[in-house]
Amino acid sequence: MRKKWRSNQLKVNIYAWLLLLPSFIFLFLFTYLPIFQTLSLSFYRADLSIAEPIFTGLENFRLLMEDKVFWKVMTNNAIFALGTIPLSVGIGLIMALMVNRAIRGIGWVRTFFFYPVVIPMIAIANIWLFIYTPSYGLINQVLGFLQLPDINWLGSTSTVMIAMIIMVVWKEAGFFMIFYLAGLQNISKELSESAKIDGASSLMIFRKITFPLLMPTTLFVLIIAVTNSFKLVDHLVIMTQGGPNNASNLLLYYIYETAFSYWDQGYAATLTVVLLVMMLVFAVWQFFGLDRKIHYS
Amino acid sequence: MKRLVDLSMYILALLWVVPLAWLVVTAFQPKELATSLSPHFVFTLDNFRDAWEAAPFVTYYINTFIIVFGILAVQLVTATLAAYAFARLNFWGRDIIFILFLLQIMIPADILIFPNYNILRDLGILDTKLGIMIPYFATAFGIFLLRQTFKTIPFELDEAARLDGCNLLQIIWNVYVPLAKPTFIAFGLVSVSHHWSNFLWPLIVTNSVDNRPLTVGLSIFAKSFETGAQWGQVTAATFMVIFPLILAFFIFQKQFISSFMQSGIK
Repeated sequence: MRKKWRSNQLKVNIYAWLLLLPSFIFLFLFTYLPIFQTLSLSFYRADLSIAEPIFTGLENFRLLMEDKVFWKVMTNNAIFALGTIPLSVGIGLIMALMVNRAIRGIGWVRTFFFYPVVIPMIAIANIWLFIYTPSYGLINQVLGFLQLPDINWLGSTSTVMIAMIIMVVWKEAGFFMIFYLAGLQNISKELSESAKIDGASSLMIFRKITFPLLMPTTLFVLIIAVTNSFKLVDHLVIMTQGGPNNASNLLLYYIYETAFSYWDQGYAATLTVVLLVMMLVFAVWQFFGLDRKIHYS
Repeated sequence: MKRLVDLSMYILALLWVVPLAWLVVTAFQPKELATSLSPHFVFTLDNFRDAWEAAPFVTYYINTFIIVFGILAVQLVTATLAAYAFARLNFWGRDIIFILFLLQIMIPADILIFPNYNILRDLGILDTKLGIMIPYFATAFGIFLLRQTFKTIPFELDEAARLDGCNLLQIIWNVYVPLAKPTFIAFGLVSVSHHWSNFLWPLIVTNSVDNRPLTVGLSIFAKSFETGAQWGQVTAATFMVIFPLILAFFIFQKQFISSFMQSGIK
């Protein structure tokens, strides 16, 4: 009996491993292996001036600490995250509350809120480039019509970040609306109806019932929003190239520049390590803290 | 109060549709009128003709199609097999391996552009369509989604098929795949729209027109005009790139929205 169970167990293990193998090969090649290679390359000097990489220990990380652009980019990433996340999540929630009703034309409203999600970031950059263009752009024409001075949105260090944030909020709010809509539809109507009978105002119902019940959704949405704030850099290639004077540069774009414009491999690896560590810390934090309640129920 | 909510909702919706409306108007208007906000509107297809002649959009379209559906085809196979193992087989180290797989959701290939470029170079597949596709062949997200669905399928069906003499692959194909159809559709829509939009990775990997997808082609096309003089053409090209997506979105709107919804509630 036991022998049979054992051989069965062995069979199950072999089957399982065979089924996982195709996925595992690609995960190994393009997730695990690159992580290890990046880690090891970050201890080397490897740029165009030398033929073979030279081991330099922590030299790259020392350079990093002194690199003004690096700190500028990190600050920008923080500003970008703090600017886009609360706004897009907040507007997404408001949108969901608005369209979660049965009134005429609501399908169209929902569509208008959601369509930016399916448009590629690079196409969005093209569209918004023309919206922000000095004097002829849509916004500046409206400003001109109102007799207000022209603003060079993408050309000045003080407005370029705001311009990026507005564009990304426009793209992402509809995405978060969808998750909130799903969350809202899981909340039973009876709760809010009985509260209404007890004389609670709509605002009160939202604060005391709806919002707390949407907490798992909010946490989930925040996770996506944070990850996206590190991934979204496509628009920089077309709109600003990180400029002017690095005012709109973000970490992933800086990695792209370092690796494929300056061809400084060692330093690009070091920058990638920074990004990896941030993502990992965030992943561990959500897995052991936040995420328990939402993902695996 | 209710009126106020309605009104602000319509204003917000209008505000959200302005960029698309402006794109469409500019794309279909003669060049001379492109930068004016004036109300008169003259319809023309000249911009599309010019853009179509100025860049090899047919090649770009074909490339995007090959890449997007190539990725999806492989993903469906790898994800289905792995999802079954995680959902139904009790094997050694399952939980640890599952977490190891999920790592890809937190550290997606999108942020590993630099090391993955080196791996592609070592494999000798730089500037190929395969090179653009291969990092996405395994999908932790798809595995996760399908695993959740497979778990809800009654185990009795599995056993009944086994008694009928089905082997493991036949069980997956005959029992699990048909019952998980909505999840496959949801995953397919998310995957296709995601990879249709992908830009930075194909930009790095490709060097030649033969392998460039639409997004990269569009950026090169747009960058070749630094001045605002060619707005008509650039907006027409942008419209061509997003048109299939927008069309698909309007046709399959319900599925799209519910797919994205479903992919969120795990």
